[in-house]
Amino acid sequence: MRTNEYAPFLSKVLSVQKHTDIEYTFRMAYEGIVKPGQFFEVSIPKFGEAPISISGYGDGYVELTIRRVGKVTNEIFEYYEGDSLFIRGPYGNGFDLDDYRGKELVVVAGGTGLSPVRGVIDYFASNPEQVKSLKVIAGFKSPSDILFFEDIARWKKTSQVILTVDCGEADFECSIGFVTEHIPKLKFEDVSKAAAIVVGPPAMMHFSSLELMKIGFLEKNIWISQERKMCCGIGKCGHCKINDVYVCVDGPVFNYTKGKTLID
Amino acid sequence: MGYRLTKKGLNAALTDLSRQYKLYAPHRYVNQGEFSDTDSIRYGEIKTADDMELLEKSSHTFKEALIPISETFFFFTEDNIKESERIHTGAVIFLRSCDLHAVKRLDEIYLNNGAEDYYYKRLRDKVKFVLLGCVSSFENCFCVDMGTNISTEYDASLDVRDGQYYIDCKFSDWDSIFQNNAEEILDVVPSHVDQTTIQVSLPDTDTINTEKVIKNSMWDEYDTRCIACGRCNFSCPTCTCFTMQDIFYTDNGKAGERRRVWASCMVDKFTDVAGGGSYRNKHGARMRFKVLHKVVDYRQRFGYHMCVGCGRCDDVCPEYISFSHAVNKLSRVAKEG
Ligand SMILES: Cc1cc2nc3c(=O)[nH]c(=O)nc-3n(C[C@H](O)[C@H](O)[C@H](O)COP(=O)(O)OP(=O)(O)OC[C@H]3O[C@@H](n4cnc5c(N)ncnc54)[C@H](O)[C@@H]3O)c2cc1C
Ligand code: SF4
Ligand code: SF4
Ligand code: FES
Repeated sequence: MRTNEYAPFLSKVLSVQKHTDIEYTFRMAYEGIVKPGQFFEVSIPKFGEAPISISGYGDGYVELTIRRVGKVTNEIFEYYEGDSLFIRGPYGNGFDLDDYRGKELVVVAGGTGLSPVRGVIDYFASNPEQVKSLKVIAGFKSPSDILFFEDIARWKKTSQVILTVDCGEADFECSIGFVTEHIPKLKFEDVSKAAAIVVGPPAMMHFSSLELMKIGFLEKNIWISQERKMCCGIGKCGHCKINDVYVCVDGPVFNYTKGKTLID
Repeated sequence: MGYRLTKKGLNAALTDLSRQYKLYAPHRYVNQGEFSDTDSIRYGEIKTADDMELLEKSSHTFKEALIPISETFFFFTEDNIKESERIHTGAVIFLRSCDLHAVKRLDEIYLNNGAEDYYYKRLRDKVKFVLLGCVSSFENCFCVDMGTNISTEYDASLDVRDGQYYIDCKFSDWDSIFQNNAEEILDVVPSHVDQTTIQVSLPDTDTINTEKVIKNSMWDEYDTRCIACGRCNFSCPTCTCFTMQDIFYTDNGKAGERRRVWASCMVDKFTDVAGGGSYRNKHGARMRFKVLHKVVDYRQRFGYHMCVGCGRCDDVCPEYISFSHAVNKLSRVAKEG
């Protein structure tokens, strides 16, 4: 039988974790192999579909961290533990952990950009012997926008985490300023071999990558993840296309050498 | 095998074919054109030779038969999702060489680029193609430069000369149908054109500096000229983009459907993301995106050009924007380096 890739399947909401008023993490039942940075199309019949990154995964589940911004995502927030949502996927290439194994790794994330890389950070924070070192710079607009507080506290045990907000009051947990301002402070044994993952809004990824290169990062050691409008997730609808690339199938994760050539 | 048929013979063969297939061909819709007293030539279901408009170019393409303008994927009831029903009858599409080459482009995206498209595949499997020969080129065509003027992968071909119909049949299941109604068995080679009035020179996609071309000011004129109506895309046989839509039925909020609807990269909202973000807001940027897709980046990805040179985008543009003119300009700009 031919499979219908557009047919969603039901997945049970195992638990809901509330970060802010508009950002929840839904732990969904899912059996199968996924990679951090891949995404699912989450849907509610009669409302529509929305591409949502995998923010975590484990035995029998995936986590989706969703920000309510419109038609579909508003409706998803009406669903709780025990309810079911329709999903299809996983789609996209995701992050390949082998690209970072044995290296000094820094992850620079802005806002909800933290969710597609959360799985990568979690993995190396729990398996610190697999990287030379792990550093995380996570930036949010204000203290009330901070996501994954508990994870960040856990990551701090095995890695250097700089939590920063654009404005507000600094305390010893959290500093002030854009993520780019913290990049020059990072120390590496051999920056030319270090790897970086940068995820966030387009301008943030652009300037963070430039800043990383200023301190000696090589282009080929930087990875970014792109977000575009997506209707199909499987290279058909055309909405996500940039140059010769379909973000949904060739990405959303790109090495910077390719990522920098993508001009909308 | 080749055949000569009279109109009567062809009509009999069409009747035979229509027992198994729906027949789609260009049809003249009298007085239904865009302007007063003009006709529209679009695809429609036909029964006889006279239903077919064989002398002029259709403004709309065959592609509606393979990718309906709006296609339901699922029906929703309160707690059930039901896949839309498949169509059981096959279809025969009568089309010109450029359009038959366009089918390869549709297949590339829907069958090969990423996972196979279930809905396209289930229609595509049931479709046969009859090539309509071209004796001379139409306005705005540039198939020769695109290498799409000759087609060999048809199930049958059809040419009309002096009131006689000439058929080359490659699908052996049909031979008996044509043979039974033929006046004569002979070798038939479908006619094709060797030159067009419009000519394009194509950019070298191996050496082109895309970033430079994107930044060139040549696209600026379209910021104001193009009204982003999307007709160039909707009339293009190679455009495949769509948007997914979920709807409620108004009389019964509990039921609804999920469907795909044709979309255009020239039209507003194509790239809109939640929270007000969007890309390519200027119409010139959209024109650039379209032109580069048709004659640069599609080739870089798949190895051959997307555009088949049918000229329909130029035929239908209300602002008289010429795609072939833009391609020629692009090639000059690309050469300048
Ligand atoms: C690869 C990828 C990963 C994503 N990961 C997450 C995530 O982990 N968490 C999260 O909260 N959001 C994520 N998004 C954004 C999320 O898909 C949009 O916020 C969501 O589609 C908005 O849908 P809506 O119906 O609620 O909003 P509306 O504004 O009502 O949506 C309107 C339409 O635009 C489309 N659309 C709007 N924004 C986007 C967008 N950014 N990307 C793609 N399509 C869009 C939707 O398909 C919808 O059809 C991701 C987007 C992409 C492309
Ligand atoms: S771009 Fe224009 S000329 Fe080329 S195939 Fe499409 S409609 Fe025809
Ligand atoms: S048909 Fe002409 S005016 Fe309309 S979107 Fe295409 S180029 Fe622009
Ligand atoms: S999301 Fe449809 S082509 Fe990429």
